[in-house]
Amino acid sequence: MRATMRRGLSTAVAALLVGGLAVACGGDDGDDSGSGTIELTVDVFGEFGYDQLYKQYEASHPNIKIKQRKVSTLDDYKPRLQQWIATGSGAGDVVGIEEGLLPTYMQQSGKFVNLFDHGGKELEKNFLPWKWQMGVTPDGKQLVGLGTDIGPLGMCYRKDLFKAAGLPTERDEVSKLWPTWDAFLSTGQKFQQKQPKTKWLDGPTALLRATVLQGAGSGPGYSYFDKSNNLVFETNPSVKQAFDTVLKFEQAKLTADMSIFTPPWQTALKRDTFATLPCPSWMLGGIEEFSGEHGKGKWDVATVPGGSGYWGGSWLAVPKQTKHPKEAAELAKFLSSPQGQIGAFKDKNTFPSSPQAAQDPAVAEAKSPYFNDAPTGKIFSDMAAQVKPVHLGPKNEDVRQAVENVLIAVGQGKVKPEEAWSKAVEEAEKAAR
Amino acid sequence: MATDLRPGRKGRRPAPPDGPPAARRTWRARLARLDVKGAPYAFISPFYLVFLIFGAFPLVYTLWVSLHDWGLASGEREWVGLDNYEYLLTDGDFWHATVNTLGIFALSTIPQLIIAMFLASQLNRTMRAPTLFRIGMVAPLITSTAAVAIVFAQLFDHDYGFVNWGLDLIGIGPIDWQVSRGWSWAAIATMVNWRWTGYNTLIFLAAMQAIPKDLYEAAAIDGASRIRQFWQITVPLLRPTIIFTVIISTIGGLQLFTEPVLFSVDTPNKMDGGALHQFQTITMYMFDNAFGDDRYGYGATVAWALFLMIIVFSLLNFLFIRRTGGAK
Repeated sequence: MRATMRRGLSTAVAALLVGGLAVACGGDDGDDSGSGTIELTVDVFGEFGYDQLYKQYEASHPNIKIKQRKVSTLDDYKPRLQQWIATGSGAGDVVGIEEGLLPTYMQQSGKFVNLFDHGGKELEKNFLPWKWQMGVTPDGKQLVGLGTDIGPLGMCYRKDLFKAAGLPTERDEVSKLWPTWDAFLSTGQKFQQKQPKTKWLDGPTALLRATVLQGAGSGPGYSYFDKSNNLVFETNPSVKQAFDTVLKFEQAKLTADMSIFTPPWQTALKRDTFATLPCPSWMLGGIEEFSGEHGKGKWDVATVPGGSGYWGGSWLAVPKQTKHPKEAAELAKFLSSPQGQIGAFKDKNTFPSSPQAAQDPAVAEAKSPYFNDAPTGKIFSDMAAQVKPVHLGPKNEDVRQAVENVLIAVGQGKVKPEEAWSKAVEEAEKAAR
Repeated sequence: MATDLRPGRKGRRPAPPDGPPAARRTWRARLARLDVKGAPYAFISPFYLVFLIFGAFPLVYTLWVSLHDWGLASGEREWVGLDNYEYLLTDGDFWHATVNTLGIFALSTIPQLIIAMFLASQLNRTMRAPTLFRIGMVAPLITSTAAVAIVFAQLFDHDYGFVNWGLDLIGIGPIDWQVSRGWSWAAIATMVNWRWTGYNTLIFLAAMQAIPKDLYEAAAIDGASRIRQFWQITVPLLRPTIIFTVIISTIGGLQLFTEPVLFSVDTPNKMDGGALHQFQTITMYMFDNAFGDDRYGYGATVAWALFLMIIVFSLLNFLFIRRTGGAK
């Protein structure tokens, strides 16, 4: 009898627990499926330029409502996405995945919907071949992500400050000032003498990302990790060269020692803190957002020193945890379609990874009013045509952060320039562990 | 000997069962007994059930995770035994973070408790509008930590910050609050102190008000000064309260997270605590490993090390405070 009672008691406790869990889990079942509308959440970071596209999609799909969650920096977005994907809950129905994060998620493609099952096969012709290929698993069986933008490089500069320093101000002449990074350095020194209160560049981090990817693209096709994902930070000559280039700018005190999208950097854009900024196409949206009225008509875009290159670019994926895989896949297809990419470019200058979109007059002939009517379409199309893809390892972002920290510390006077390389090697090895 | 007021066992025990009616009696008696003996446990059980789910289970689960090479993003999961702990012992970054945490802890807890004690003894005197001043003490506590940290990070900004502006006025050059290890600790400790001093003051004040007034009167008649009264009466009688605040501060101090994270504005990754990790605390290191660098297993190892460290430090502080108090 006692045993029965105990069993009864434990059953009661179990029932209570299960009930509690059921209640707890049922809580977020909020999409009013009764009324037939489906709410889709899109998770992005930085500037994707989708606001108009959402409205357009909602108008043509009355049963869909779209909610966007945006995080301003990629480094803040990374851990959130990681938790959502690992725990199997919390992620949006469509998530943006940056090129640095994509290799990590490719390792567990099972957490994402196979877009081949949703008519992805026909879309291949819509994308640059390498952009398409990076979104497919190595065995070619699963389409994890659809390409959004690529980040062909330009160089943004402050026209008004150039004028004050007696430098040319027209973008073609400005581009001629710096065929190479060494020329860019010596122009910077001239500028710095005339304008001691404004720094030439924003800081070491944007410069490092641009030069590393540039060097990798024109060289071996990989940067910190080789194509079998071994850390080659120390032995890859293109990395060493990029690092030394950045170090030269630091030693010449030509940068404001800031990191992109950090609060001091955002504040600096509202003041005359720096005169140039390496500009992948999507950076234009960031400048416009943070420089605001202060920078309107003062910024312009020239070509980047050192030849072709790109930085950044993303994919859209549908996590398997979504309750509406079909609708989410449709939305991802729409946003990454040539039409969607054109819309995003119009809004935030994110340059399309779709050749059809890039050739469309809306992109190819586009001018940016905020940037003195710079022909952004032409500048970035020319660059995009020469871009060669760069392989990134799964731990690429961790190594990148660690190496950037060393360069920031050099700027802060805490690491001596001659010790910077060995410190960077040490930090890179720890980060790639 | 104390009188036992509990219902006696012998008195209630029913007659030996002989037949069906007796059996039923036994059943009811048993229920009654269960009611008396089991009820207290049933009433306190919600706490333990909640603790079991949200306290004990995560603890054990974290231990389990820490024995693996486990990556959330990569999906990797491999049993490695104590390898993570072995690495931890020689991990320079972990010990660097430990020193940072202890440094900030010392800079925040010690001044904080001393100031709180002083403020409490002042508030304990007869004064006008005592409630206003006492409520005022908790005002910083009800402000959100994030808001506090953002405002303080701006105050301590190198170029446009209020603190450096003030220092400039009195002829001291700007201090690089974010960059220097010592100054960044001081800046973060200031945030913590600003927020928690009032809380500790109120706790001390409540304890002080429980001390009978006649003790002070008697001491005053004997000619003891106010200062002497404070040291000989207030402090010894406050010992349990001091132990409480020290332990709570230890736990809070070693888990310091939000303030340094939001103070971190120079590096792209907020969890780095500065380019050279000059103010990265243990919890930030844990978070960065688990969710930033995709080393969930190692993050769990750091969590367990922190857990053990808190126990050890709480014990040490407890013994230390009891000792010093006991010597009086």
